[in-house]
Amino acid sequence: MSGSTGTPVALVCIACPLGCRLTVAKAEGGELRVSGNRCPKGEVYAGEEMLSPRRIVTAVVRTDSAAYPYAPVRTDTPLPRALAEGLLAALYSRTFSLPVSNGDVLVDDVEGTGVKVLFTRTLPPEEVPAVGEPG
Amino acid sequence: MHERRYDAVVIGGGSAGLAAALALREAGRTAAIVEREPFLGGILMQCIHSGFGIHEFGVDLTGPEYAERFIGRVLAAGIDVFLDTTVMEIRPRGERRELTALSKRYGVVRLSAGAVVLAMGCRERNRGNVAIAGSRPAGVFTAGLAQRLVNIEGCIPGRRAVIVGSGDIGLIMARRLTLVGCRVLAVVEIQPYPSGSVRNIVQCLNDFSIPLHLGHVVTRIAGRERVESVDIAPLVDGRPDEARSFRLDCDTVLLSVGLVPENELSRAAGVPINGDTNGPYVDADLMTGAEGIFACGNVLHVHDLVDFATEEARRCGQRAAAYLGGGARAGASAAQSKVAPGANVRYVVPNAYVPGRENVLYLRPMIVKNDAVLEAAIDGAGIRKRKLAHVQPSEMIRLVLRADEIPAADPARPNLMEVSIR
Repeated sequence: MSGSTGTPVALVCIACPLGCRLTVAKAEGGELRVSGNRCPKGEVYAGEEMLSPRRIVTAVVRTDSAAYPYAPVRTDTPLPRALAEGLLAALYSRTFSLPVSNGDVLVDDVEGTGVKVLFTRTLPPEEVPAVGEPG
Repeated sequence: MHERRYDAVVIGGGSAGLAAALALREAGRTAAIVEREPFLGGILMQCIHSGFGIHEFGVDLTGPEYAERFIGRVLAAGIDVFLDTTVMEIRPRGERRELTALSKRYGVVRLSAGAVVLAMGCRERNRGNVAIAGSRPAGVFTAGLAQRLVNIEGCIPGRRAVIVGSGDIGLIMARRLTLVGCRVLAVVEIQPYPSGSVRNIVQCLNDFSIPLHLGHVVTRIAGRERVESVDIAPLVDGRPDEARSFRLDCDTVLLSVGLVPENELSRAAGVPINGDTNGPYVDADLMTGAEGIFACGNVLHVHDLVDFATEEARRCGQRAAAYLGGGARAGASAAQSKVAPGANVRYVVPNAYVPGRENVLYLRPMIVKNDAVLEAAIDGAGIRKRKLAHVQPSEMIRLVLRADEIPAADPARPNLMEVSIR
């Protein structure tokens, strides 16, 4: 995805479901000119995608619970793509104890990037009677 | 027998059911949700990827995060929730509706409701629906089932997979399987264009160099006990070109070939179904053809974004609450006129509009086109035009018509609104 000067690159913005079709051209000074974006996120995305692509990484991790053997997790912000594989291998090798709450941090800082990994679902240790059922 | 009485009963506790029940409760009505799974949230709980909530909350959430934002509010609002409970029948009883359900905890449950909101969602089309020739080995899954196996149960369905159909769930699963160590050999799409969003093509296929074969079909699935291979051929004039057929050795086939609103219960209750959406016909208040029964979310028409299912369901709950209040609704329904799909539009929901208030329409294009023009017209006279940079069938269009854009109904004319794309 590298563009030499004067050769516009076509990208689809994945910052949100609108999927704007972007055109990225490198100007003489080396700065990127982005068009086709409907919001400022498109410009940020295009810049990152050209230089160092990043993605939100999601996965499930093993737990010690029989009722909920896996818990879903995510990176809080997009992680450089090159680091995703290593992060997943590290996550798959661990087992976590329930309960966990949506938003609890399981990795503080992925390889000095400042990106955190969070649980995305509140899970009790075992199946509990549902709250809210009429008595 | 367990008997209960509510202003409204919502069938289904996924994204639509949660939003509809909250809207009813916020309008001061008593409400219950009946959910057949042992948890609320519906399909969102297995959608661990991000991309939800941009419209609704302005942030990028995963499925469980999106669902939990509503579940917490539903429980705090005093909405009764029947989990592990399946509704078997809805029938009119005097001025009210009566539901019979089977519950793991209570046995037979009978619920009396002034209004019923259908929010049962949709289900996946399967191998029987698409008629793929070959043997019947193990290893053929619908993409959503595979998603549940991987993300909830923690089982990996196979090692080498071919995905049939390029719907969003199939694309998401191509990435998901790759990230858990499977090899995804190809995605095969019968249409000349992808049926999932472009965004998912980029981040789920291109990121991992997974080939997408557009205009191709799987002509045969082979294997005795387990899938061993699939044959794939390009489509020429609507027929597979066997001369250019090729074989991929694989142990797993995932089907992502469309979703169908789940309306067996609605049909049995006498709700008329629209063949274009496979969901109920609804008026401008999202009430079906059966008195007091409303519908929203994927049981009404298949949405591509949960945010829009939520928005539609919230409106449905508000309108159901108004219906329960009487008066206002009677006036509004008298003033309704029909909405119909025009050129290049597969369907428009709802099927009616009301002058003098905001009307939100959801429509699905039939064509792939750049620089298209969307137009709404009443009896042939245009009331709104909008330029669209790109349209494709997999991307639903939302059209908001303001109260001041819609002329008062002319009693001498049909006042038919048509929405077209050119």
